[in-house]
Amino acid sequence: MTNPILEVSHLKKYFDIKGGIFGKSVGEVKAVDDLSFSVNEGEILGIVGESGCGKSTAGKSILRLIEPTDGSVKFEGTDLTDLTSEEMRQLRKNMQIIFQDPYASLNPRHKVERIISEPLLIHGMKSSKERKERVKELLEIVGLEAYHASRYPHQFSGGQRQRIGIARALANNPKLIICDEPVSALDVSVQSQILNLMEELREKFKLTYVFIAHDLSVVKHISDRVGVMYLGRMVELTDKHTLFNDPKHPYTRALMSAVPIADPDIERERIILEGDVPSPSNPPTGCAFHTRCPYAMDICKEVRPEFENVDDKHLVACHLYN
Amino acid sequence: MQKEEKQQVATNPSKKKHQMSSEEIEETSPLKETLQQLRKNRMAITGFIIIIFFLILGIFAPILTPYGFEDQDPVNRLMTPSAEHWLGTDDLGRDIFTRIAYGARISLYVGFFAVIGALIFGTLLGICAGYFGRWIDMLISRIFDILLAFPSILLAIAVVAILGSSLENALIAIAIINIPIFGRLVRSKVISLREEEYVLAAKAQGMKNGRIILYHILPNSLAPIIVQATLGFGTAILEAAALGFLGLGAQPPTPEWGKMLADSRDFLQLAPWTLIFPGVSIMLVVLGFNLIGDGLRDALDPRMKN
Repeated sequence: MTNPILEVSHLKKYFDIKGGIFGKSVGEVKAVDDLSFSVNEGEILGIVGESGCGKSTAGKSILRLIEPTDGSVKFEGTDLTDLTSEEMRQLRKNMQIIFQDPYASLNPRHKVERIISEPLLIHGMKSSKERKERVKELLEIVGLEAYHASRYPHQFSGGQRQRIGIARALANNPKLIICDEPVSALDVSVQSQILNLMEELREKFKLTYVFIAHDLSVVKHISDRVGVMYLGRMVELTDKHTLFNDPKHPYTRALMSAVPIADPDIERERIILEGDVPSPSNPPTGCAFHTRCPYAMDICKEVRPEFENVDDKHLVACHLYN
Repeated sequence: MQKEEKQQVATNPSKKKHQMSSEEIEETSPLKETLQQLRKNRMAITGFIIIIFFLILGIFAPILTPYGFEDQDPVNRLMTPSAEHWLGTDDLGRDIFTRIAYGARISLYVGFFAVIGALIFGTLLGICAGYFGRWIDMLISRIFDILLAFPSILLAIAVVAILGSSLENALIAIAIINIPIFGRLVRSKVISLREEEYVLAAKAQGMKNGRIILYHILPNSLAPIIVQATLGFGTAILEAAALGFLGLGAQPPTPEWGKMLADSRDFLQLAPWTLIFPGVSIMLVVLGFNLIGDGLRDALDPRMKN
C-alpha cells in the first residue's frame, strides 16, 4: 500500500518567451518550478492551487505530453524522462489522463466506439470483434449503454462526455490516471455523479489518481492526501484531514479560509491576501509567497525554503517551521 | 439525475434505438452520411447539376455537335447564334458551341489536376510544418514565403519558360504556384489542432505521430482544404486561360476557354457572343464548384448534423 507508484522529483517546466525578429528566447515562464512529490499505489493525491499556478502543466509534464525541462518522473521505478519516445509510447497504456473539458477532449469526427476502441487497437487488440465487446463493457462500466457507441460526441451532455473520456482512459487497464480538473467544467449535480463514479472505479480496478483541481470541496471529498501549489511550487503536502484541520503554510491557511461555509451565522477569521499572484516569468526571490505573506520575515526574501517534513508526513515549504 | 441525463439523449431523434437491442452497435459509413447530408442541400445539388452538365458536355462533345472544334468555315465568320450554330461562330467560322464543349474537357482537366497536385503537395508540406514545428516549420514556411513573394503569373511564366510551353506544363506551373496557398492554410489549421485536447489525448494514449496526423488532425482540417480546393479550381482555370493568352499554355487550335476569350477580344463590339459564351462557361463552372464546396463543408462537419 505504501509503495510509491509515481515519484516526481525536482520537476521543472520552463516555457521560453520568444521575442525579437529572430524569435530568440528573451525570458522564461517558470510554470512548474522544482516540484517534488510521490504518489502511493491506490491512493488519490489531490493537487490544488489557483489558476495559473502550474497544476495542469505539472500533470501534463508528468506524462510527457509536455516535455519537462528538468527533473525526473519515476513510474514504478522507471524514469520516464530517460525513455525514448517509442518506449514512452508503449508505457502510456499504464498511465492515462482525463481532461478538464469534455467538449474538447473527444474528437468530434469520431463515433464513441472509435474513440474508445482506438487505444485498444494501438496497444495490440487487433480483432475488431474483441474491441467491440470491450467497448460495450467499458460503456457499461462508466454508466452508459452499448447503443451510445454509435453516436458522435456532440450528441451527448457534458457529464456523459466525461464518462466517455473516462471509458477511454480505462480502456487498457491503466494503473495511474491523472485527472486534470475532470469535474470543473460540469454542473454541480453532475460533478458528484462523476466523482462517485471515479471512486467506484478506483475500488474496482485498484487505480491510483492524481487529482488536479481548484475546487477545495471536491478535493476534500475525493483525496487521501492533498498537495497545495503556489506559483509552480508545492508549498504543503499532507493527508487531507491534517491539511484541512491544521494547515501550516500561510498560503494554505488563506486558501482554507476562503472556502465558503453554508452557515452565515458562523463567525470566523478570514485571511484576505493582498495583491496579485506574481508573474511566473519573474517570480520573487526566496519564498515565492513572501510578497503576499502576512508573516513574511527577512529570510523569506532571500532564501527559498526547503520542502521539508515538519510533522509526521506533513511537508511544508516555509521558514516559519524550518 | 443519471437517469434524466440518459433520457435526454434517448428523446433525441433516434427511431432506431427502440428496435435496436442494446447489444448491437450501429454501423454507418461516414461517406454515406456525408452523401445523405449533401442530398438535402439544394445549393450543392445545383452545383452538382452545373458540373455534371459540363462533364457531359465535355465527354459527349463528339456526339452533341456535328462540327469539329478546328473546322473552319470562312464563309460563316462571326455568325450570330442561330439554329445551325447554337452559340454563333468565331472569326474563323468555327462553331462556338463545339469549341465550348471540347473546351470543357480542357478546363476541367487543368483545374482538376492542378488543384489535386497543389493540394497533395501543399497539404503534405503544411502538415509537416505545422505538426513538427521548429526548424522544419522554419524551412517550409520560408519556401512558401519565397513562392508567394513572386507575382503568381510571373512565377507560372518562369516555370513554363523552363519546361516549354504546353498545356501540361501550364498545369504543372499552376499546381506549383498554388502549393503555398494550400500549404499555409493547412499549416495554420494544424497548428491550432495540435493544441486541441483530443490530439493531446491521442498522444496520451500512445498513438504514433502518423496515426495522430492521419486520423485526428487531417480529418479535422479537411473543411478549409475543400473550400480552398473549390476556389482553387476557379483560379486554376483562370490562370490556365491567362497562360494561354500569353501563348504559354494551350496551343492553337486547342479550344481552351480562356484562349477563346483572349482571341475574340478584338470583336467585342462586333460579335459579343464570341466572348460571352466562353466567359459564362468559366463563370458557371467556378460557381458550380463553389456551391459544391460549400455543401461539402456543411456535410463534412458533424456539428451541422442533427
